[in-house]
Amino acid sequence: MDPVTTITGFVALYIFMLAAFTGYEIIGRVPAILHTPLMSGSNFVHGIVVVGAMWALLNAGSTLEQVIGFFGVLLGAGNAAGGYVVTERMLEMFKPSDKRQGTADKE
Amino acid sequence: MSQFIIEAVYFLTALLFIYGLKRMASPVTARSGILIAGIGMVLAVLAAFLYGFDVREAAQEHLTMNVALVLIALGLGLGWAWYSGKKVAMTDMPQMVALYNGMGGGAAAAIAATELFSGNAQSHGVVVSILAVLGGLIGAVALSGSLIAWAKLDGRMNGVIRLPAQQLINLVLFLGSLALGAYIVASGIEGGISFPLIALFFILALILGVLLTTPIGGADMPVVISLYNAFTGLAVAFEGFVLQNPAMIIAGTVVGSAGTLLTLMMAKAMNRPVSNVIFSQFGGDDGSEDGDIEGTMKPADASDAAIAMYYASKVIIVPGYGLAVAQAQHKLYEFVKLLQKQGVDVAFAIHPVAGRMPGHMNVLLAEAGVPYDIIHDLEDINEDFPQADVAIVLGANDVVNPAARHRKSSPIYGMPILNVDMARQAYVVKRGQGKGYSGVENELFFAENTSMVYGDAQKVMVQMIEAVKSLG
Repeated sequence: MDPVTTITGFVALYIFMLAAFTGYEIIGRVPAILHTPLMSGSNFVHGIVVVGAMWALLNAGSTLEQVIGFFGVLLGAGNAAGGYVVTERMLEMFKPSDKRQGTADKE
Repeated sequence: MSQFIIEAVYFLTALLFIYGLKRMASPVTARSGILIAGIGMVLAVLAAFLYGFDVREAAQEHLTMNVALVLIALGLGLGWAWYSGKKVAMTDMPQMVALYNGMGGGAAAAIAATELFSGNAQSHGVVVSILAVLGGLIGAVALSGSLIAWAKLDGRMNGVIRLPAQQLINLVLFLGSLALGAYIVASGIEGGISFPLIALFFILALILGVLLTTPIGGADMPVVISLYNAFTGLAVAFEGFVLQNPAMIIAGTVVGSAGTLLTLMMAKAMNRPVSNVIFSQFGGDDGSEDGDIEGTMKPADASDAAIAMYYASKVIIVPGYGLAVAQAQHKLYEFVKLLQKQGVDVAFAIHPVAGRMPGHMNVLLAEAGVPYDIIHDLEDINEDFPQADVAIVLGANDVVNPAARHRKSSPIYGMPILNVDMARQAYVVKRGQGKGYSGVENELFFAENTSMVYGDAQKVMVQMIEAVKSLG
């Protein structure tokens, strides 16, 4: 039942700390022009919650757990897929001057 | 064996997420960044199916059913989100981000709920139980709060709704759900699982999210969405710990810290501390004391403004949300190209909170094909305004109000603004004589060197293009 890796105590704290610094460093140097796509991109990244919801639903032992787990997977999948599509659409538009031909009339 | 594959794939996913986000931080590599992160996500979801080989005993008999449910839920969630994400207009992007974010918070809360109802979290000790409860609380607040934010930005819910003693009610709700959570943890350690109490806990958390968001005005919504984005990240990280899932811990924490920083940057751009946004309840009040603004508004024709720009040597354009609503970006860029052909130096000046999210205006201009190297941030361009022959404001208001510099009684006092009033001549394209989003009267409109061009931005741009074309 228990996953193989057990992340406990200080190991968990180390992961939290290092990941928190990583997030801070990544965003810290971003030009304002990319704030919205990046917010959307990070919104996509926490869509990883869907795999946790999948675990919960696969391990559901009662109808109640199945119902809640079902909504968990549904919402998580929406988060991941929606976050991806929206971010991709925004970033698709970022093109420097020399490549702008042919994109101006794109709607 | 399946467990090993899952762990190995999660490691790869964490790597791809961080590398992808890093690439998203530069306009040149951003597109490949989201693709890389996307590959990580697909791998992780595929690997997660391997959980089916190793489920706990109580779930053995339901396994076929559960796998079918996973497939249906994945298909529905993915299909709906893919469709709605492809279809949504660029101007409506912020509320879609809010909606998807709320869904992520809801998924985290759902994980917390299954783990608490099944007693799985409680059987793993105090720390796991506390994190399950906290993640559930934060996730549920992010879910209901994001839904309110979505409804407000989408125009389904107007105005601000304030209860008497709102702060007190929120505080009582918050402490109440914390106390309830603590009780669930404490009683769970002794093996007690109270269905009604756990349900009540989640209901309180959902109500808290609603009540936290309803009093906040539309102008502050971007900060709120960004904050809830960070909340969801944190909730995902906590639930990742409960499930011993390193990919969730890392991705959630990275988003939690990145989102917090982004929220602080946005709040700073509006010159208001985050606590002020959440608790001050500004953003829906009418600016009651307008003071005495001297001068009158001078109307001008679109063609006059166009010709003035045609013969200028330096023009700065300040676009706002009104431009995007009128869908005039494409016409605007057509006009800009005409000016550039004439040798006019044209630059776009973007306020940090132009549009509905930081960077939103950049996205909308990019949609129209405007190259990003003629688009400038506030810090870069503000000193250029005194050298500009013409500055033209299209559908922006509060971000160009000089009152923010000197009128201490103004609600927007202290907010950094674009110094349009320092240009030799300023034109303001505006639909009517109304006030801005914050309800504050704009001193710029009454200034000596400002002329007002009334009309829908799209129509005005068409007139300007015609005027310039007729010249040559």
